[in-house]
Amino acid sequence: MSKSAREETAEQVAFRQYCRQWLKDNRPGDPPVRLPLSPLEIMTEAQLTYLQKWQKSAYDAGLIGCDYPEAVGGAGRNDCQRVANEEMIRAKTPFMPNVIGLGMAAPTVLYHAQETVKEQLLPRLFSGEDIWCQGFSEPGAGSDLASVQTFAERKGDKWVINGHKVWTSLAHFAEWMILLLRTDRSHKYDGLSYFVVPIRSALGKGVTVRPLIKITGETGFNEVIFEDLEVDDIYRLDELGKGWQVAMTTLLHERGAGELQTPRSGGMKSKATHATNTSNLIELARNTVRNGKPAADDPLIRDRIMELVVREMGLGQNQRRSRVSALLDHPARLLLQNKLLASEIAQDTGALAVEVAGASGSLYLGDDNAPAGGQWPMAYMNSYGMTIAAGTSEVQRNILGERVLGLAKSK
Amino acid sequence: MAQPDNFGFGEEATLLKESARKFFADNFATDKLHGMVASDPSPERMSECAWDRDLWQQMVDLGWTALAVPEVADGLGMPVAAVAGLVEELGRAAFPCPLLSTLNATYVLAACGSAGETALGEITQGRTASLAITNKQGSWEAAETDVTCEQGKLTGTACFVQEARKVDRLLVSARTAAGLSLYWVATDAPGLTIKPDAIVDLTRDQAHIQFDSVEAQAVSTEGVAALEQAMPAIWTILAADIVGAAEWQLQTTVEYANTRQQFEHPLGFFQAVKHPLVDVMVLVDQCKSLVYNAACAIDTEPERAAEYAHMAKASASETAAFASGRSVQYHGGIGFTWECFVHLYFKRQNHSQMLWGDAVWHRARLADILMGAVA
Repeated sequence: MSKSAREETAEQVAFRQYCRQWLKDNRPGDPPVRLPLSPLEIMTEAQLTYLQKWQKSAYDAGLIGCDYPEAVGGAGRNDCQRVANEEMIRAKTPFMPNVIGLGMAAPTVLYHAQETVKEQLLPRLFSGEDIWCQGFSEPGAGSDLASVQTFAERKGDKWVINGHKVWTSLAHFAEWMILLLRTDRSHKYDGLSYFVVPIRSALGKGVTVRPLIKITGETGFNEVIFEDLEVDDIYRLDELGKGWQVAMTTLLHERGAGELQTPRSGGMKSKATHATNTSNLIELARNTVRNGKPAADDPLIRDRIMELVVREMGLGQNQRRSRVSALLDHPARLLLQNKLLASEIAQDTGALAVEVAGASGSLYLGDDNAPAGGQWPMAYMNSYGMTIAAGTSEVQRNILGERVLGLAKSK
Repeated sequence: MAQPDNFGFGEEATLLKESARKFFADNFATDKLHGMVASDPSPERMSECAWDRDLWQQMVDLGWTALAVPEVADGLGMPVAAVAGLVEELGRAAFPCPLLSTLNATYVLAACGSAGETALGEITQGRTASLAITNKQGSWEAAETDVTCEQGKLTGTACFVQEARKVDRLLVSARTAAGLSLYWVATDAPGLTIKPDAIVDLTRDQAHIQFDSVEAQAVSTEGVAALEQAMPAIWTILAADIVGAAEWQLQTTVEYANTRQQFEHPLGFFQAVKHPLVDVMVLVDQCKSLVYNAACAIDTEPERAAEYAHMAKASASETAAFASGRSVQYHGGIGFTWECFVHLYFKRQNHSQMLWGDAVWHRARLADILMGAVA
């Protein structure tokens, strides 16, 4: 398969061998507690402890931060995180708990923080000892992110921060937050600045974290209130007034289009978790009786399930094609679709499942007769978190229309 | 067998796709197409079968008709992934020619084993061909035909035959005492009459073929098996044509949405236009990814070929319909006229949408594979 297979460098080949062997010897055992669907729903200390232990061992073995410089705690390799990710997924390891830290904070800190701050923060971020959260949205700043009002006022070589952040996943475990705020009220975009600030060590000293309850009834995200929190100037990223540009680095990585790969896994399929995908939907249709026949025999239901199968496979094949340059029309065209498609496919899969289940689709987690233990209505409701967070589907379509198709910028 | 990560789309395929794109861009701009096929707007017109034979001969000389012919019949034996790349460019240009129909016949003949080699040799020599395997109801099931064969002579009518007036040979499926067999016959054979259909699409021609005791060369008695083996490739390359045409529709409509001003803004400023155009792009990309996945499966993972090709053509038919509708709608009043080029692609896509099975048909077959057939 000389030309057809992707050609790997000698470093990648050797590293793949190393990862495979290490994972064979060190893949963690089954979790002692039920794991949530994603790191953003970690709710108990027991879940967190198990996952942090896994992340630390993977970091110590060199499977995290592969392509970051050694001086900041990385492994100094070249395009090897991709290899580690593939091997971790293949070995079905659990997901990393410090998902916001690895995916968004790390690249932002690397590109915009002072050297001493990188050296201080990144090693404990990679190891998972410090969980990170993201302070972007506010009650008055959702899709229109640049209208944030949280304010930092200079006081000598310190800053005094006041404001209110919402939808802050993992804040209840977080040591640090990446924080977009305002240092000048007279300019919308150029008045923004970007900081990293302590959370856990400042609780009761200018920081309050309160859980918000989701549409599903679960907790997992929070509101964070700053009242005269004092932060050293060294924790400001990039220049004053450049907060929007720094936030773009964060968002680029959040949407999967940054050049630094995010360490990831999530290959472990715990029996207790229930994936929102079409094979589970087909299973549900087989087990549901409508008009005396399996729902899986109804041609209309079959057609609608197959529509989703096609979309689901299309997304998977988009990700494969995004690495084949001869079949791309625009460098970011596929990557920028990822989040939009994944969230909308999950939503439509959940919606169809609840419909296919019929009357039983109304049964929730507490009901013994609920199909799949009530996970379908839970997944369906949760999917709105995905189509709203990290830029709503409407904002994603603006971005795709403007950046990829070159259409005029909408207000 | 696992598929290669890059769909088997290597250097050779990349060069072929690039040269095809350049070939059509240099030789066949859309205004040339319009001038050639759209001279008579009358709704009662008979389809004209206008095409550029000189340009076609250049394509034959480049070896494009022999790409899929196996090496054993002196062809180039290129993988379906590479052929799909070429066809995508053909679709982008909406070039009227018998390339797809010849490729379709090639895939069926190649599925006949050594029995197909003589006919394949003719294709290698530059002969063009088309499949005559569809009945009057337009069934896309492999085993359905209204043509019968007795003592080597074909009788009956084959319908929805693509590019019938452009090709030299037909590969005909006919019922015999032994089952369904395949026959190879020249389009100018005595007793064979081509009756052109008056179709909406200006870039293709289609006909029904009357056989009145036509002497034909027997190719294979395993007709159903050969057709079923070849259908995934036939669906996949048609889906590739749709992808190319849909990309043209997307880019042309985006360009218009950036140019045309209303309410002091270009049309694309308004989200009621912007967001559906993004949805067109999303469908085109989904379809393109599924096309190369299906092509690669035919080349390297044949046990999944039908499943993945159903996905590709189901997606392609939806893409064709949506991209076409939006392209006319967002061109506004001018998009509703004969002089605006979008109607050429609108009509080609509508034809492709139903050809070899629409989205609902392919999803029903896909469900049979993934969920089991319903008794």
